[in-house]
Amino acid sequence: MTPLVAIRGVRKSYGANEVLKSVDLDVDKGEVVCLIGRSGSGKTTLLRCINHLESVDSGIIKVDDEYVGYRESHGTLIELSERKAAVNRRHIGIVFQQFNLFPHMTVLENVIEGPLRVLKRKRADTVALAVDLLERVGMAHKRDAYPRQLSGGQQQRVAIARALAMRPKLILFDEPTSALDPELVGEVLDVMRDLAADGMTMIVVTHELRFAEEVANRIVFMEDGRIVESGAPSRLLRDPQADGLKAFLSRSGFSN
Amino acid sequence: MSSATTDRRELGSAAPDTLRIVKQRHPWRWVSVVIALLLVVRMVVSMITNDAYRWDVFAQYMFSEAILSGLLLTLEVTAMAMALGIVLGVVIAVCRMSRNPILSSFAWFYTWIFRGTPTLVQLIFFYNLSALYPKVTLGIPFGPDLHSWPTNALISAMVAGVLGLGLNEAAYMSEIVRGGLLSIDRGQTEAAMGLGMTPWQTFRRIVLPQAVRVIIPPTFNNIIGMLKYSSLVSVLSLGDLLYVSEQIFSRNFQPIPLLLAASTWYLLCTSILMVGQIYIERIFGKGVARPGATRIGRVLAGGRMVRKVVRG
Repeated sequence: MTPLVAIRGVRKSYGANEVLKSVDLDVDKGEVVCLIGRSGSGKTTLLRCINHLESVDSGIIKVDDEYVGYRESHGTLIELSERKAAVNRRHIGIVFQQFNLFPHMTVLENVIEGPLRVLKRKRADTVALAVDLLERVGMAHKRDAYPRQLSGGQQQRVAIARALAMRPKLILFDEPTSALDPELVGEVLDVMRDLAADGMTMIVVTHELRFAEEVANRIVFMEDGRIVESGAPSRLLRDPQADGLKAFLSRSGFSN
Repeated sequence: MSSATTDRRELGSAAPDTLRIVKQRHPWRWVSVVIALLLVVRMVVSMITNDAYRWDVFAQYMFSEAILSGLLLTLEVTAMAMALGIVLGVVIAVCRMSRNPILSSFAWFYTWIFRGTPTLVQLIFFYNLSALYPKVTLGIPFGPDLHSWPTNALISAMVAGVLGLGLNEAAYMSEIVRGGLLSIDRGQTEAAMGLGMTPWQTFRRIVLPQAVRVIIPPTFNNIIGMLKYSSLVSVLSLGDLLYVSEQIFSRNFQPIPLLLAASTWYLLCTSILMVGQIYIERIFGKGVARPGATRIGRVLAGGRMVRKVVRG
């Protein structure tokens, strides 16, 4: 079986600073992979390369056997225009650290925007879908509120519903709980736990090691632009091999 | 610490529930109100009793056909020049922010030229364009001509006036629009692209509606400015409000009442624009509105939005 996400030899530099140094990673359909590591280790950049919010310098990334933002022609990869890359991104959801809800739209409008404008679905259908999804994340009662009237945790749950509304094959989470007050982290993780249980393929950049331990099928530890160690949560967290990972876990206060 | 310690210790003053709190007092406000009222009354009395104001002449011309036609022309020139300025300003702003070096250099050059030379010069230049180019020709460069028109037939005084003011305005508007677009967080664009929206959809649906909120106040500033700068078209012998007033008082030697009449119209139009601004700001303030940040705004908004935004 081909993996849903295939990353091979991906390199990426900002000027002289190489942030990804030949990264290989496969993610299967229905798998939950958590990317952990210190800030600056390249995990967020890797995540953003998957839906081509960042371009890569070399290497390939395929989602469901298709390139994202590139096309292959006679042994070269040609970067597509933003307009064409947009089509590749439709079925890859992304949830940001800062939520990035559209502040001039209500909760409901935020959720229907994608299916309505991008997938050109009928308004009535998109509203029905959006209400379902908002119920699923426990936000249906706030459908007519504007984002600024919501707490961070509520905003992030709406952002997850917005991503789900595109019926994605894969959702990328970029530190979804890092901007939240501690008491609001739980409600967002609960929603993500539900998604994982439903079989959604998820790649999650996170600092929540307890969540990763509980929900991830695999944890990938990155350091200095490389994947240093990866494995099942129980093994990786209880019996780390790499020195960097051992140091990271002890600094994170993660102990048995 | 011993368990006998409490959070409350004796203060040695009266018990808190016996002290009443009196809000800060503003005695000088009342003094200034009285002084201001006195000055206003004195001013009004002098305007009524001083015959040099010639309110009879004011009344005679305020609604005269000449003044009203001048007002109409002022409004026409303002509306057309502003429409040209806003539309072209958005285009120039988008060009300026484009990653295409040709487009951004063009936009920079445009702003440099039109902002850097006097508006009056531009007006006269367009009016005299026929001296440089007697004919305007549609055709293929260095190839055959398809059709040509005499420049003077295309560029009337009115067209020259609107072009001169409008192209100049576009240079200023482009900077206002650019400022608005830059004020939108990069995360908004990324969220839109993450949904699979095209660059045009992202601009049209996400970035522009939010930028408009930032763009509106300085734009109304410029519209109000344009209402008055439009009197520059008098150099092209166009009979705008100020120009017809001048023509009349050069004949009857009554500049004060005629300038008062013209100013009353300018002030009235400006007031209408300011009210319009409050309503338009309300429309684009959705989700971020602090409705009626001013007292007059709250009155005009009827307090409706205020209640809506209060968290439920």
